[in-house]
Amino acid sequence: MSVVTVQLGQCGNQIGFEVFDALYSDSHCPQGLCSERENEAYQASSKERFFSEEENGVSIARAVLVDMEPKVINQTLSKAAQSGQWKYAQHSCFCQKEGSGNNWAYGYSVHGPRHEESIMNLIQKEVEKCDSLSGFFIIMSMAGGTGSGLGAFVTQNLQDQYSNSLKMNQIIWPYGTGEVIVQNYNSVLTLSHLYRSSDALLVHENDAIHKICAKLMNIKQISFSDINQVLAHQLGSVFQPTYSVEGSCHYRRNPLGICPFIFFFTGDLMENLVPHPEFKMLGIRNIPQMSENSLTYSTFTWAGLLKHLRQMLISNSKMEEGINWQVRPPLPGLPTLGKVSLNRELHFNTSIANLVILRGKDVHSADLGGFKDPALYTSWLEPIDAFNVWKTQRAFSKYEKSAALVSNSQFLLKPLDTIVGKAWNMFASKAYIHQYTKFGIEEEDFLDSFTLLEQVVASYCNL
Amino acid sequence: VSPASLIAVGQCGNQIGCCFWDLALREHAAVNQQGVYDEAISSFFRNVDTRILPLGRPGGVVNEILQGPLRDVFDSKQLITDISGSGNNWAVGHKVFGSLYQEQILEKLRKSAEHCDCLQCFFIIHSMGGGTGSGLGTFLLKVLEDEFPEVYRFVTSVYPSAEDDVITSPYNSILAMKELNEHADCVLPIDNQSLFDIISKIDLMVNSGKLGTTIKAKSLVTSSAGAVKKRHQKPFDAMNNIVANLLLNLTSSARFEGSLNMDLNEISMNLVPFPQLHYLVSSLTPLYTLADVNIPTRRLDQMFSDAFSKDHQLIRADPKHSLYLACALMVRGNVQVSDLRRNIERLKPSLRFISWNQEGWKTSLCSVPPVGHSHSLLALANNTCVKPTFMELRDRFTRLYKKKAHLHHYLQIEGMEESCFMEAVSSLSRLIEEYNQLDATKCMPVEDLPRLSIAM
Repeated sequence: MSVVTVQLGQCGNQIGFEVFDALYSDSHCPQGLCSERENEAYQASSKERFFSEEENGVSIARAVLVDMEPKVINQTLSKAAQSGQWKYAQHSCFCQKEGSGNNWAYGYSVHGPRHEESIMNLIQKEVEKCDSLSGFFIIMSMAGGTGSGLGAFVTQNLQDQYSNSLKMNQIIWPYGTGEVIVQNYNSVLTLSHLYRSSDALLVHENDAIHKICAKLMNIKQISFSDINQVLAHQLGSVFQPTYSVEGSCHYRRNPLGICPFIFFFTGDLMENLVPHPEFKMLGIRNIPQMSENSLTYSTFTWAGLLKHLRQMLISNSKMEEGINWQVRPPLPGLPTLGKVSLNRELHFNTSIANLVILRGKDVHSADLGGFKDPALYTSWLEPIDAFNVWKTQRAFSKYEKSAALVSNSQFLLKPLDTIVGKAWNMFASKAYIHQYTKFGIEEEDFLDSFTLLEQVVASYCNL
Repeated sequence: VSPASLIAVGQCGNQIGCCFWDLALREHAAVNQQGVYDEAISSFFRNVDTRILPLGRPGGVVNEILQGPLRDVFDSKQLITDISGSGNNWAVGHKVFGSLYQEQILEKLRKSAEHCDCLQCFFIIHSMGGGTGSGLGTFLLKVLEDEFPEVYRFVTSVYPSAEDDVITSPYNSILAMKELNEHADCVLPIDNQSLFDIISKIDLMVNSGKLGTTIKAKSLVTSSAGAVKKRHQKPFDAMNNIVANLLLNLTSSARFEGSLNMDLNEISMNLVPFPQLHYLVSSLTPLYTLADVNIPTRRLDQMFSDAFSKDHQLIRADPKHSLYLACALMVRGNVQVSDLRRNIERLKPSLRFISWNQEGWKTSLCSVPPVGHSHSLLALANNTCVKPTFMELRDRFTRLYKKKAHLHHYLQIEGMEESCFMEAVSSLSRLIEEYNQLDATKCMPVEDLPRLSIAM
């Protein structure tokens, strides 16, 4: 079951490269901490999912690269080719020379229709290379013009053309303090459109990853490359093959009695992680996360890791440092708190559904009881469906033990609320609106987007 | 990489244009060792430099181009040179030469546009105080708007200083301002006085021996040393080089790679919140560099501080005590996102941003530094501090107009009436009023507006 990745804009392409690189490196990591046979199965499985193969054995990423100006794609292609181990297909790129000017309207209303056929053809070609298609992974930023506007347009098209396949969008939340002045407008328009056509929105915030680079990885002069590598690591730890846990309804055996791998990105999982179309925003947390130097001197226990991860979940901490241990789940039997203020410090992060993936030594001894506590969740799903755990002995990328959490919870409530608030303030003054109306996005379209997102904010708030 | 077309009009415009080409080629030669004329520069400026200037000017700028090492770069058919002088009269430049040469100019522009896969913007360089650059230059804006409505019009305008020796410069400037208001997408006003002050300061530092031998000649932003073509140092050369460097840095992210690119159309998108408010204050740093290239972090932060110091601005204004509508930081060299963020955090508290754009920063990171520097920063600010400049201009105009001095030179041109002057002043007054209204909000507390309420 393969995944076709669509990389859009500078951000999408820069990140896409790091993701494929991380997946490839991890797959070929000699220290899998598992049997050789297991390692080979892991490698083969990952490879088939994310790469196709040339006759000479070189792996080709299953990806379509799209950008409205050529510099980044050219760089991305050459960086991949330089590795000598995997590369992108030259003809899987779509490029123009003019850029989108950080204008969502231009990306969506001008580039979209103009290049629809070419882009969708490229995607179709890539789909045809797959024996069976699992779904699409679309990488884009919200702040710019191409990733955001054209990304929204392409996702919509994928929804129309491949309605039976999963569409997951990896969205990059810009730094709070400007990368792009109109980033809040672009974000609002992107999110509202994606909400209508995407199956799940996997969100990464630049601010959060920046802190991880600074505090956990100890990087002094943090570059976008560093940010993207941390991000790719997080995605890799979620995307690589793993096994469902015995006893859960997702456990499958094929007739030969060999347990096949499962992947993040299956219909069944999505049913549980995104049970209601109003709640599509997923956040990722990873533990441990540290520089390679520190790694060699550290050992972890599953108990320790999971204790931290659980607290990161319920206190909405972005990383394993500075966790607020005061936050506790509400006690059963007490009346519910009603509408929760967004400013409350001890706000407990309510989950709809969570997925934990454990990789490495002694996974089977890891106890996840803490995550099964019904107090962590809303009451919509059966506890057995609200929480899923996957495990594999095969270690990920030099981490003897690592745990990843994919959570549909109130993680993104505050960031979303902040962006909507800022965009609203700007909209009230009508600043920059002429740049959008010039290309067919009217004030009404903005209002529709605001309305949809206020709805989402309210829904998450009232969990 | 998005093709831009450079249109230099008049003597000032062409001298700056010439400097720009020199520096651009020097820059690309340094980056690409093989050839002087490489892919990056060709894909950026595709032989589409159109130069319009009066023939018979002393110094023969045109002849220098046609004979020097840059001759292969320029298509001589792109030069329009048989225009006789405008006599420092905007009306002659605009009305007379405008109609006379419109077709010819249009034809050349259409031809150049054919070569471009995707023409994204026009860079017009001119001065405001004279006749050709000011009059014909602004006439062209309307022509470009009609003929190529999708293409951005970026204008670099050199404004006359108070002591300008052209007596009629206030008339020319005011008349030109109206055209800039109505037909330009983005204007970078440059002040001769500021350029002069920058030169003086550099000279002072060099001559006082304070930095003495540690400054590399090639690295002076004002210097043409190491340029492809040796030009005789003319009086305005150093000043023109500064403006040329401005254009170089403005286009760097579109020409070279970086971790956060910025195309030219992004400048207008982010820095022009309302169509009429499109005047940007520019400041450039560093203006010179020291011999020691291994500049530690402290120096890097100093670069950011300098960009917000009045000494580095290309126009006299006081942004720190006025209101920012938007600000762009275009960084070149070994600077990463963490450096950018650290400095934004540091400088933010001392700057006042309008309530609806508290985080109004647009940033770009280009990996390739300018020649002779390890990094550089160009800051573009949309700030109400331009208001005093415009008010001063209006005052100078009024003083002259009240006496009706030299007015007949203008009124004798067909199509010119006193109402033209009145309309131009009104246009400027309206612009000043817009800035006034924004300034009035300066002292108001920043509050979040009530949000849409949703029925659950």
